[in-house]
Amino acid sequence: MSESKSTTVEVRLPTKLGYEKVAMSTAASVAKLMGFPEDRVEDLKTAVAEACINAIEHGNRLNEKLSVGMVLRADSDALEVKVLDDGTGMTKQPPRPDIDRKMHGEEGPRGMGMFLIQALVDEVEWVPGADGKSSYVRLVIKLDKAAA
Amino acid sequence: MQSETKSRVDKLTSPHGYPVAVIRFEGDIASTSKDAVIGAYQSLNKETAKLVMLDFTGVEYINSSGIALIIQLLIEASNSGQKVYAFGLSPHFTKVFTMVGITKYASLYSTQADALASL
Repeated sequence: MSESKSTTVEVRLPTKLGYEKVAMSTAASVAKLMGFPEDRVEDLKTAVAEACINAIEHGNRLNEKLSVGMVLRADSDALEVKVLDDGTGMTKQPPRPDIDRKMHGEEGPRGMGMFLIQALVDEVEWVPGADGKSSYVRLVIKLDKAAA
Repeated sequence: MQSETKSRVDKLTSPHGYPVAVIRFEGDIASTSKDAVIGAYQSLNKETAKLVMLDFTGVEYINSSGIALIIQLLIEASNSGQKVYAFGLSPHFTKVFTMVGITKYASLYSTQADALASL
């Protein structure tokens, strides 16, 4: 089996809403270099933005003394994105958002970020930090060369 | 860092003579966009503006907090007996709006002309 060489890009973001766009742009640039089609780049941008917003709001709880990390690993057939924060990570998945329940006031209008992440990338896992913090979400989007 | 969302309201008439209020957005739609989204909607006269269109032509970025504001608008419109239409979304955000179910409560069109012609 031949070893494939991967390329790594790391970004460190302030814990401030809006900076998820820096992560989005970086991830999109790497994905374009890898040859992802435009629609998959858009999927990745939204998934990365939502992962960073979760890290800023829930992981780091808007604490501007902390930062959010993003590590991109580009392999020949897939792009892996890890978004790291100083939170404890998720203990359980939130329920799938239901537009009818939202429209009838039975659940809040928010709470769609994780649903969007899961729907837009090929793999996703939330990994709690071993020390009770430093958790991360790992996303993978696969390069389907036949579709590219 | 979040770009400011701008919005303005135009009053149009459909080809069949129906009055339509169009809320045109520009910039990002995110958590900071409440005034531009909900404020612009609440400035409409609910007795006369029964048909409301949302113009996303000038919007490049919408996140889940922005989608939540759109849902909040749809809830208020539904409670006020208004119908909401949207146009100008990119193919990606058309997919996202469809995925989260917004299309059950607001019809999506490519262009303003298409949306007006549907009335």
